[in-house]
Amino acid sequence: MANTQAMCTSFMGQLLNGGHQFGTITLVSRTSLTAPTVDTFKAALYLTTATVNASTTAYSASNEVSGTNYIAGGVTITAWNAPTATNSSTTAGTAFTTPTASITYTTVTLATAFDAVLIYNSTQGNTAVSVHTFGSQTITAGTFTLTMPANTTAAALLRIATT
Amino acid sequence: MALVTTTKGEMDESLLEKKEGSLDNDNETTTWVEYWLDGELVHRSAHVQLKQTVTLSAEAASLT
Repeated sequence: MANTQAMCTSFMGQLLNGGHQFGTITLVSRTSLTAPTVDTFKAALYLTTATVNASTTAYSASNEVSGTNYIAGGVTITAWNAPTATNSSTTAGTAFTTPTASITYTTVTLATAFDAVLIYNSTQGNTAVSVHTFGSQTITAGTFTLTMPANTTAAALLRIATT
Repeated sequence: MALVTTTKGEMDESLLEKKEGSLDNDNETTTWVEYWLDGELVHRSAHVQLKQTVTLSAEAASLT
């Protein structure tokens, strides 16, 4: 037997659940530490002229799409698959999660081209989680659907991995 | 008779010109459908299947 330096995969999964706190941070109460509630995450669409990227720290209405039946802030992500952490070797593993359903904007008119969605935590001060881009789109009295990738180590929407 | 939501209200699909398209690359698979009435776009929907995901790497530093 031998010891191997590695980030523990279970730790990464616990990070996705907010299970560790190394510094001070102001959080909205999650009821209690022993029976926490789930935060609400939302998905907002951004124009092709916007600049949302790794530097984005929080949701902003600046350069967000607007139009018929689109509410500023976007739509609520109904649920996430329970974060899972899977080892691939003694030194590597992946923690991952994906929304359980497609993100849908129903019967909207978005006349100005957009190409990105910002996922953010609306419970915790609208803090940014991730940005996902796609080909430029407009919608006319129609539905825009973002279908999620498979919730697997290789394809999940959000992954924390060691190699 | 299939009804389509348009900028002019619900319309019978048979009255409209339908155009469809798709895009497939490393990042996404996208399909879209448009309905036109007398040269005017009255409905456009799109469906994006995301492929590329966001991965954050983690590492435990060596003490040596």
